[in-house]
Amino acid sequence: MNKTYDVAVIGGGPAGLAAAIKTADKGLKTVVIEAMNRLGGIPIQCIHTGFGLHYFKEDLTGPEFVYRFIDKVMDRDIDLLLETYVEEIINESMMSKKIKIISPKGSWIIESKTIIYAAGARERHRYEIGIPGFNVAGVYTAGEAQAMMDLYGIMPGKKILIIGSGDVGLIMARRFVLEGAEVVGVVEILGYPSGLTRNIVQCLQDFGIPLLLRHTVTEIKANNGRVSSAIISEVDESLNPTPGTEKEVKCDTIIIAAGLRPRTKLLKKMGVLIDPRTRGPIVNDYLESISVPGVFIAGNALVINDYVDYAVEQGETAAESVHEYIENKGVLSAEWRKVIPGSNILFVVPHYVSGRKDVVLYSRVSRPLENTYFQIGGIGKKIPLIKIMPSTMLRIVLRKTELSKYIGDIVVEAVEK
Amino acid sequence: MRVGIIGAGIVGLSIARWLSRYENIEVHVIDKNPDVGWGVTKANTSIIHPCHEEDPDKHPLRMRLCLEGHDLWYEWVRELDIPSRWPGEIIVAFNDEEIHVLKHYLSLAVRNKVPGVKLLDKEELLSIEPKINPSAIMGLYAPSAGSIDPIQAAIAIAENCADNNVYFHLGEKVIDVIIRDRRVVGVVTSEKVYDFDIVINAAGLYADEISRMAGINDYYIFPRRGQYILYDSTAEPKPEKIIHTTPTPKTKGVYVLKTTDDTLLIGPTAEDLSPDKKNELRTTREGINYLLRNAEKLLPRLPPRNLVIKTFAGLRPEPSTGSFIIRFHEDPWGFIDVAGIRSPGLTAAPAIGKYVVELIHKHIDLKPKNKWKRYRKGIVRIKDLGVEDRNKLITKNPSYGRIICQCRGVSEAEIIEAINRMKKIGVKEITLDGIKFRTHTMYGRCQGSFCRVLVSLIISRYVGIKPWEITFRGGNSFYGIGEVKSLFKEVIR
Repeated sequence: MNKTYDVAVIGGGPAGLAAAIKTADKGLKTVVIEAMNRLGGIPIQCIHTGFGLHYFKEDLTGPEFVYRFIDKVMDRDIDLLLETYVEEIINESMMSKKIKIISPKGSWIIESKTIIYAAGARERHRYEIGIPGFNVAGVYTAGEAQAMMDLYGIMPGKKILIIGSGDVGLIMARRFVLEGAEVVGVVEILGYPSGLTRNIVQCLQDFGIPLLLRHTVTEIKANNGRVSSAIISEVDESLNPTPGTEKEVKCDTIIIAAGLRPRTKLLKKMGVLIDPRTRGPIVNDYLESISVPGVFIAGNALVINDYVDYAVEQGETAAESVHEYIENKGVLSAEWRKVIPGSNILFVVPHYVSGRKDVVLYSRVSRPLENTYFQIGGIGKKIPLIKIMPSTMLRIVLRKTELSKYIGDIVVEAVEK
Repeated sequence: MRVGIIGAGIVGLSIARWLSRYENIEVHVIDKNPDVGWGVTKANTSIIHPCHEEDPDKHPLRMRLCLEGHDLWYEWVRELDIPSRWPGEIIVAFNDEEIHVLKHYLSLAVRNKVPGVKLLDKEELLSIEPKINPSAIMGLYAPSAGSIDPIQAAIAIAENCADNNVYFHLGEKVIDVIIRDRRVVGVVTSEKVYDFDIVINAAGLYADEISRMAGINDYYIFPRRGQYILYDSTAEPKPEKIIHTTPTPKTKGVYVLKTTDDTLLIGPTAEDLSPDKKNELRTTREGINYLLRNAEKLLPRLPPRNLVIKTFAGLRPEPSTGSFIIRFHEDPWGFIDVAGIRSPGLTAAPAIGKYVVELIHKHIDLKPKNKWKRYRKGIVRIKDLGVEDRNKLITKNPSYGRIICQCRGVSEAEIIEAINRMKKIGVKEITLDGIKFRTHTMYGRCQGSFCRVLVSLIISRYVGIKPWEITFRGGNSFYGIGEVKSLFKEVIR
């Protein structure tokens, strides 16, 4: 138990597994710490397809996708700690991190030179998005409903209203219909859906499920401890309910699909700075925290991704960074260049670039745009976008050669033609 | 001599604890809910009041019981291992009118012999509690104020009662009180008929209905709704002291406090509802906005909205008479009302128990038990232990190391322990809420979206029912409607 690892990967989902495979292949002593009693993370409960289109150029289900990584992990010399809860991470020095854990085997401290933090995201819940009314049975987040149905065989309800048009909610709308339930509608407060277009088409339109844009649920009604209906209202420009537009919709189940948030509690506690735009950590192009050296972040803990493929890519980037970090006993000093989200940009990750290597930028626009250029100031890179929604994550590769053309901060903008 | 207590809230349970000291009486507690403390007790501001807001002229009994109850809690939290903190409270004034009210409460503190109460000028106020809005101009500090976890308190008292041979009949609704020859002789519940020599009505919101069953019809209870907002433990600003706005004749004002659980609580509203609205446990947009406006007065800024982990409502049982109704009836003999226990009812509860025993003692000679168990220990939480103790426990029982709730670090063993303790106090239906209140799983940042399904599987395994047959809180509040594919089976049938 008392060995020191080169890297401790926290989280055994796609990002963490991809990272661990790569660090092990580079000869680094690797441990994967996973809270559940199995590897795989959330994709295990995602029985729909759409996984791996970018990475494997194949259309796989969640379990099919993630088992390709699990199998590789099993073939390698990687220590696995399942059912292991990380209580705290302590940053002792650039080359020493201590991880306090509790597991059925005991409670002890794992020592590692570096951390790849890939603990995923949590879902926003009813109280966070402020839906008043009775606190009763029948209200679930989309992810909880998915776990109930597709991991444990529990049917949550039969007449379903979905709040929010996030991808998990859209996928669950279809799942419910396929299990014989009725989905009365999807309510979205904004004027446009927050999930991917492919999911709007395949999960709602193909099944005739109505999408109510610019609507919100203003109250949950109950009967004998269970949801009996919801009051929905139209909202005005400032997203407040418009009086007089209330409609009562009968349902026994309400699914909250109001988006995900990176899980950052342990990171914050050790001093990792958080970007209020992504609500994930502020990182450089090594995906290393800018405030705690040797802590690398990947997957949905870094930024909420559209595709699992991106989470895997981030895991692999973090793994390469760890390899370099251990060789050099830190990320080599650099004249860091800030990446600044300009007009119409919700966020860009990473937040700093070294200019030493190619970098993948992940970004979202802040509102739906048409006939736009996504442009990167200074470098002169311009990408035309015919139509772009905030729900689509933009992935842009900046080559080292492009970055070397210009030395100042990098302003990312979406400019209308 | 058999005594039946109707209502397993903090009041009924406190009475039961006092009565459990005597050997010549057998105590039975009946509640319509599947578990203890699920009525008024559950949703509460959780304050143990110093009693400088009680007017001894208007409510002499209430003042006395509040003062005595406050001091009894010092002992009870230790004896029963109830989470508590005693930071003191500050009433905050923002204008001259409110300063006037503070001075009035200071004079009540002097009259009621409340210790340590004093006025704080602006500078003192902000140095004692730097997280108060700097626009405050004066404060009234009462250092003896505390906060307990009210539902954990109810559970702790119930467990201690069970250890002292109190019988619990949970999930049974009282539908009649039997009177014979102008004496109470028993009650009829939805399940059984019980013979009792004394019946104590501690039915909270429904005390008026129980009284009517005994032919007493001189008061009614109306619900006063209090809504609350609970923020995650990481929310800031989180003052150390309990702070609240200056009270009005109707309410003690809006409180901002750090709970025993380290979360941040803001509330309550004070909305009078009609007597038939005893199920209106819902939050409203207006109520939540009212709380935010008041909290904005008290704090330099509000914590971010995304750190809200729960909004909820409670109903306080307001008596039409305005005062606590505690009386031993001669007609029907043996019927005792303990009704209208509104604020500061939580504070007064242990003293109410003692007072009720005194009332009984006037009619019946009570003989103390030789052996009465004073102490009860709470569930051991793996997270609260040092590494050595943790490993001792995990070696003996590995499920102490199996963490089910990621937000709070709650182990499987704690959940199983909660199930066993529920069974010990006679809980027939193991509910998700029952587990939540005892272990604080499903209580954190994710509100159970990760762990609820895992908790349901553990209950399923230990109780031998299907996960979808488990309820949140009894009634129709089932976790699911059946197994996946059950809707197709329905169609085929």
